[in-house]
Amino acid sequence: MTTNEERTHIIAAIVEHKPGVLYRVSNMFRRRNFNIESISVGPIEPRDLARMTITVRGDEKVVEQMIKHLAKLIDVVKVSRLHPENTVSRELALIKVYSPDTKARSDIINYVNIFRASIVDVSTDSMIIEITGDSDKLDAFIELMKPFGIKEIARTGITALSRGAKSIKIL
Amino acid sequence: MVEMSGAEALVEALKRERVKVIFGIIGGAIMPVYDVLRDSGIRHVLVRHEQCAAHAADGYARALGRPGVCMATSGPGATNLVTGIATAYMDSSPVIAITGQVNRRSSNTAYMIGRDAFQEADIIGITTPITKYNYQLTSVSEVPRVVKEAFYIATTGRPGPVLLDFPKDIQTERAEVEFPGKVEIRGYKPVTNPHPLQVKKAVDALLEAERPVILAGGGVILSNATPELLKVAEFLMAPVVTTFMGKGAIPENHPLSLGCIGMHGSRAANSVILDADVLLAVGTRFGDRSTGTLDTFCRDAKIIHIDIDSAEIGKNVDVDIPIVADAKKALRALYEVLASRAEKKGETAWFRRVKELKEQYEELLEPQDEELKPPRLLRELRKIIPEDSIVTTEVGQNQMWASLYFKTYKPRTFISSGGLGTMGFGFPAAIGAKTARPDRFVVDIAGDGSFRMTEQELATSVVEDIPVTVVILNNSTLGMVAQWQRLFFDERYVAVDLKGIPDFVKLAEAYGAQGVRVGSLKEFVKAVKEAMRLDVTTVIDVPIPPEENVLPMVPPGKSLKEMIE
Repeated sequence: MTTNEERTHIIAAIVEHKPGVLYRVSNMFRRRNFNIESISVGPIEPRDLARMTITVRGDEKVVEQMIKHLAKLIDVVKVSRLHPENTVSRELALIKVYSPDTKARSDIINYVNIFRASIVDVSTDSMIIEITGDSDKLDAFIELMKPFGIKEIARTGITALSRGAKSIKIL
Repeated sequence: MVEMSGAEALVEALKRERVKVIFGIIGGAIMPVYDVLRDSGIRHVLVRHEQCAAHAADGYARALGRPGVCMATSGPGATNLVTGIATAYMDSSPVIAITGQVNRRSSNTAYMIGRDAFQEADIIGITTPITKYNYQLTSVSEVPRVVKEAFYIATTGRPGPVLLDFPKDIQTERAEVEFPGKVEIRGYKPVTNPHPLQVKKAVDALLEAERPVILAGGGVILSNATPELLKVAEFLMAPVVTTFMGKGAIPENHPLSLGCIGMHGSRAANSVILDADVLLAVGTRFGDRSTGTLDTFCRDAKIIHIDIDSAEIGKNVDVDIPIVADAKKALRALYEVLASRAEKKGETAWFRRVKELKEQYEELLEPQDEELKPPRLLRELRKIIPEDSIVTTEVGQNQMWASLYFKTYKPRTFISSGGLGTMGFGFPAAIGAKTARPDRFVVDIAGDGSFRMTEQELATSVVEDIPVTVVILNNSTLGMVAQWQRLFFDERYVAVDLKGIPDFVKLAEAYGAQGVRVGSLKEFVKAVKEAMRLDVTTVIDVPIPPEENVLPMVPPGKSLKEMIE
């Protein structure tokens, strides 16, 4: 096993759901020079906890250090590493794309169907597409939309759960 | 349940944590707390700059092994604490910092947090990276729990500073409060017991070792593990080297003690650690000033690393056998397994070699000249002050001379800013240490540059009757920087000449302290004895040659092998 190979890792952290926690986490990343690709946060059950899904690029050593430094934060209750082959990861994107004529509109609708995306807003010269999937799927779809002219994109960053019965025990 | 104001709840909670003294400066946003403090029985030491409140609390904590408390008002009071808090954080010292904060809510909306009120600073944001944790209080009822948690977090696991930011309206607001008996923080469960399997692996490695070396760091002192360390070392007949922060973890007159490793380590320590085949490192973070370049540091040795902070394992040095645990508990477990499996070692070939090296290098270290130079002076100082005297240092040449030439015999008697390297730390830390240990002789080994940074605390020392002695190794230069300019910048001196200002004797006298300038070793000895006898704040100004270097030295970015003699 090569340990110094750089790749993307997914880390899930269960944290206290209260003001300032995201600051503590992001401050630690900046201070320790960890390179975060995305971070997504949302409340879980019980409601005073939140789950952060963090993707980071780096080698084995970097990821291990990052997990330890996360676990060291008082407001981080639990940290777990999600292995890509054993993880369902999803990202959501909203894409506002030009659709000035019927030709463009019907082409876009075709792509949307192929990708199982959906159109959530239509106006005279643009539409908003909602697409969910892994990041590669989103990247591919965005590539296809480029020729039409993309006005705006909003991506959530990855959120993920490990497959099967295994779960992160909180206490 | 009892009804109290926020300020009353805070002071009551501090009493329950057995707080005896607070170092601080009053100001607008903390006045309600001081009003309660006034008749509380807790001693307040009024320092003359908030930075020194934090340093004094730190010195208090390090000398006593109990948390030190400092207090300041909002805004500039709070930001002035920052250097002191960062110093405590780098050296894992349990300091509790309490700051006033502007009102959270008010009928007059101009006085709310987040609206740039007068003397408002985001001290939570500012201190997040330099505290173990910090709290902004949001209600009176949570005050008892938060104080209890703060002390728990500061003193358990790897100790460190915790800050409490206390909005003024909550200080005066009244509510029913309850004082909890214990603490429960679901995200903070420090591991203190060593894993038995890891202990067994470590014992296997140590028993197989031909050239074992023990590296003791500040963690040994923090966990009061000196007796356990000595048991393991004597059982294995393994030489003990320390980091700078570990100075005092083993009595430096012990036959197995070789002194500090590192940039200004002893020749014996730096040479022996690189020869180790098994290195037992306890409570150290392998800081760069200790290890020299990592690619030449103990590359072939099997490394056992005991640390209570798992994030330190593998951070700088790759470790073969990690043990995440309290140093005292881990060393005790190691000794028990060692003693159950083998006989205490006798004089091994390795021990004889170490002894030989030690004698050879000790001779080199022994200053011969009668001139008034730091090495000789520090040896003399050691001879005349009691073994349990507490020495603090400033930062720079004075600190490294003290590390090399002033032998420390007991843990918690050598107090210095190792991690952050804060000039001006030594004097207020000495005041803190003396407050904690009024029965001890406390001396700050200072340089003139460092002492200038916090000299106003002479007022605190005199007025509060906390007598400490300051020995200024006065070369009228920012000496360590000048040394680097001499050695690594072709003697291109810049911004290091302090021009002999001020006259420290007159300065001391201006503050009502005793000031004395000495011109010979004999006068120096007399001055120290006088300071001990009179037990008053004393500044001893010792003019030394400005071009004196601290040697030996490992140049920055070099291996411990490459010492300049």
